[in-house]
Order: sequence, then C-alpha cells, then structure tokens
Amino acid sequence: MAIVFQKPKSLTDVPYHYCPGCTHGIVHRLVAEAIDALGIEGKTIGIAPVGCSVMAYDYFKCDMIEASHGRAPAVATGVKRALPDHVVFTYQGDGDLASIGLCETVSTACRGENVTIIFINNAIYGMTGGQMAPTSLIGQVTQTSPYGRDPKTQGMPIRICELLATLDAPAYLERVAVNSVAHVRQAKKAIHKAFQNQVEGKGFSLVEVISTCPTNWGLTPEKACQFVEEKMIPFYPLGCFKDKENGK
Amino acid sequence: MSEKVLMKGNEAIAEAAIRCGCRHYFGYPITPQTEIAAYMSKRMPKIDGTFLQAESEIAAINMVYGCAATGRRAMTSSSSPGISLKAEGMSYLAGADLPALIVNVQRGGPGLGGIQPSQSDYFFMTRGPGHGDFHIIVLAPATVQEMADMTRLAFELGEKYRMPAMLLADGTMGQMMEPVVLPEDTVDPATIPATKPWATTGTEMKRAHNIVNSLYLKPDELEKTNYERFARYAKLEAEECRWEEYLMDDAEVCVVSVGITARVAKNAIVAARKEGIKVGMIRPITLFPFPKAALAKAAAKVKGFLTVELNMGQMNEDVKLAINCAKPVNMCNRVGGMIPSADEVLAAIRKEAK
Repeated sequence: MAIVFQKPKSLTDVPYHYCPGCTHGIVHRLVAEAIDALGIEGKTIGIAPVGCSVMAYDYFKCDMIEASHGRAPAVATGVKRALPDHVVFTYQGDGDLASIGLCETVSTACRGENVTIIFINNAIYGMTGGQMAPTSLIGQVTQTSPYGRDPKTQGMPIRICELLATLDAPAYLERVAVNSVAHVRQAKKAIHKAFQNQVEGKGFSLVEVISTCPTNWGLTPEKACQFVEEKMIPFYPLGCFKDKENGK
Repeated sequence: MSEKVLMKGNEAIAEAAIRCGCRHYFGYPITPQTEIAAYMSKRMPKIDGTFLQAESEIAAINMVYGCAATGRRAMTSSSSPGISLKAEGMSYLAGADLPALIVNVQRGGPGLGGIQPSQSDYFFMTRGPGHGDFHIIVLAPATVQEMADMTRLAFELGEKYRMPAMLLADGTMGQMMEPVVLPEDTVDPATIPATKPWATTGTEMKRAHNIVNSLYLKPDELEKTNYERFARYAKLEAEECRWEEYLMDDAEVCVVSVGITARVAKNAIVAARKEGIKVGMIRPITLFPFPKAALAKAAAKVKGFLTVELNMGQMNEDVKLAINCAKPVNMCNRVGGMIPSADEVLAAIRKEAK
C-alpha cells in the first residue's frame, strides 16, 4: 500500500506531552517537515527554550541544546559562530522571547545573525499555569491579570514582528497562525522559507506563529481556534513584515 | 620555547587563550578587564576566530554556553558586577557539565562598588557562583606569568572534569605589566571537538542526537546528577589542589594569601625574617578545590595563621575550616580597592609572632 502521509523523519517517536488542542504539535511538525525537505537534519542544532516546549529536545532528532529562559538566541549565536555551515534554530514562546529574552531577541536580530527563530505566541505563560504574557491581549484574564489586562497598570501587548521590522538587519519576518488548514499551509511555507534563508546564508529569519493554549485560556480546542481568529489575529495581523530579498 | 615579552596581565590571558586553541571569545566591556576584549577584537579576526561584543554579560555567557556545547574552547571575561550577571549562565554550564573559561578580574563591591582591585568575590566564586549545588574550578594567579599559564590549566582541567573553570584575579593582576613567557602555540583548535563525543556538532545522520541539558524533572534522576558531579569534585580535590609554600620549613606563623596581597606579604615576610621572626606563607593557587591538606599539615607545626586579603575575611573562613580551628586564624585586610602596604602586613606578622 502506498504511504500517503507519515510522521516527518526528523521527529523522534517520543509522544508529545502537550495538552489536547495545543498547537505546539502542529508547529513541531512544520519545523520537522522543513528540516526533512531541506535534507538538513544531520547538520541542524536546535535550541529548546524554557516554557511548555522545554522538552522539545526530546522530540527533534537533530542535536539539541536546552537554553535558560530567554537566552536561546544568545546560545544559538554561540553555536552558529562555532559552526557557521550548520543550521541553528530556536523554538521559543512569548514569555521567553518577548519578555525575559527581549534583549537577546532584538540584539540577535540587529546583528543579522544567520539563524532561524520560531516564535510561538499564544498570549500566555502556559507552563507555569497561565500567567499574563507580554503578548496577552487587552482585557485578557489570566492568573496574574485576574481582572483582565489593564493597559493603565499592565501596559500594552507587544507586537514582535512590527518591532523587529524597524531594524535594518533581519532578512525575513513573518507572522502566521495554525488555527485553520489554510493558515497551517501558509505557516508551513513561512517556516520552510525561514530555514531555507539560513541555508542560503541570507540572515536572521523569524516566524511568529499565533498559537493556542486551550487549557489556560479555559476554552475547548475548537473555541481556542475561534479565539485566535476573532481576538488574536485582529491585534496581531498575519503577513510578511520583512523579506529583504524581495525588497520588503 | 617562546620568547619573553612584557605584557599586561589581561593581555597575557587573551594571548595565552588563543595559543591554547581558543577561537571564540564573547564579552562585554567592564573595567578593569576590558583589555581582554580589546585584545581579542584585534587578534581574532586575523586568525579566523570569533570576537563578539555581546549585548550584555548574560548574553555573553550564554553564547559561551552554546559555543562550548559544540566542543570548542570558548571563553568570556568580566569583572565583579558583570560576574553577578553571569551567575545564571555559570549554573547552566555546570548543570550541563560544559567546560568553558570565565575570567573574573575583581573590583571592589558590593553594587557598582569601585574599579580598584579587590578579592571580594571569593565567597561568590568558591561557594557556588549561581543557583543550585555546584562548583566551578577557581584558579588564583599572582603573576602575569601565572595569568598565562593558568589560562591553559583552566581549559585543560575544565575539559578533564567537564566543569566551567575560572581565573579569579584581582584588578592589580589584570592591570600590571610583567615579563611573561607565553605558552607555545601547539593546540590545533580543529582537533578539540573530536575529543568530546557529547558535543552538539550535528548528527551527520551517523549517531543518535546529542542533547546538552540541565533539566531533570524526575527528582531521583536529578539527585543522581548531583551526586555524580560531587564525585568529580572529590576527585578534583584529591588530584588537582595546587599551592605554593614559601619559607614554611621552620615557620611558626603561616601567612595565607593570594594574588597581589600574596606578593605584598612576601615582601613583609622577608622583612620579618630579618627581624628573626619565623614566618612563611602558603599561597593557595586553586581556590576550588582549596588546598585543605596543605593547611592542615601546616597547622600541626605553626602557632597561628594570618590571612592577608582584599575582603572582609572570606578566605579566612576557608583556612579555619581547613584546619578545623586548631590554631588561631587572624587577618590583615583592606577593602574597597585599598591594598595593604608591606609595612601594614609586617606589623600584623609581628603581632602574630608575639
């Protein structure tokens, strides 16, 4: 019988620990598909973050390094400078990349470091039980914004792609989502491009993936996908924010 | 044999590191160690190496973490306030059992403190320079020659025991110029990663993936890593303690000092000997592991100890512990960037000899 669909080769057989309806699984798969398609598993080094995807090192078959909270881009820089012909990617959540590691994120982008960053934005700290993230929406109820995020005292959500697009150095910045089949297809293209850019030496590439956290949002997986469509995407518009090679 | 050259301590470290096969330096400017970064920024691009001025000390140590994970000889350097920021990274390096060189050219503290020499990070570096139960190798140079020699030793011990290693110098050591014979340039950087089968250099589809990690969610597994690490520390202590003894054969007073104060103390000891005072010195070279056995041996012979330090009495506690408080352990110290004169130390020795 012909195989029409199978697990990407660069994923291990370790079962994901993620909650039902969490989109980490989809994004892991898209990353692995890009690695497979480019034939780079043997020369790829991944950097796992602190957050729900902390154990990503168990899921990818390539060499993996666990970084401390927020420091993955600095760790990636250290690896890339040692192994410039290898492929280095980080996989980070919003607390990791947009809060505690914001300095590393901006500085790595500013250096135009030739690495790939997959940024999972689900507007919440999942692993610690649902606290307010730098990307939590206005009015969003979390464990540490129990009355809803109030811009007067808790500030406004941060738009990372737009922020990084002000820099000259990054090669590619795109925001995608994975809440529908059409969006997953677009996300797959963007993630592939972010890896291909690195292989071709084009420089810093970041894909922000609007993701879900049904558990901490208190929504069913289906409702969580609707929340992305109705609440997240209006604040975090999808699209390409920088694509140097195409003059954007 | 390399020729003798006149060099600043900080520059001797940088050149020695390059000659030991280090091709990756990540740092952030801070007085009084910035000459290391400046030297590296000049040399590294000429030898296909990496000099990277990081956005912070935190980023620099994490770049070292990533680079060390690939099996390269990687280093960073800083001074006391910057070392506080590196504490997180040192803990992760230790937790992932990664060797790397960290240089701390100490200045006075706490807080922003000052920029003059100090030895006040002694506790911080030797007790546990970060969260969790761990140590790093700590070496204390007292000459520019030792700054160079210990750079090689730090890389080698770090790799042998899979630990971060630190050169803990006081500001004077970093800033002073002395003649130095640099190590021979015999290490081919390309050959180093091959000696590290755990390194994340890409599987090349020839082996299972390597994971560099310090996370163990199962407590029994984490406990096991702690015990395994401390077994390595015990071996380190048994085999790698280093110290210098000076005029200790007939000594009744034992001065214990490191770095610049050990040199001041030597002058005071010479003067005291002229007065007929039987005084010698034990100069610990490894601060972790601390040469406890050498001090315990001395305790059986001397009347008392005198630590000469640029802090409020930090090594003093290690001496007391090493000799189990068998003899009095007094102190001659200055802090805040002040250095005791030989006369001050001599006066303390006289008092001790009474």
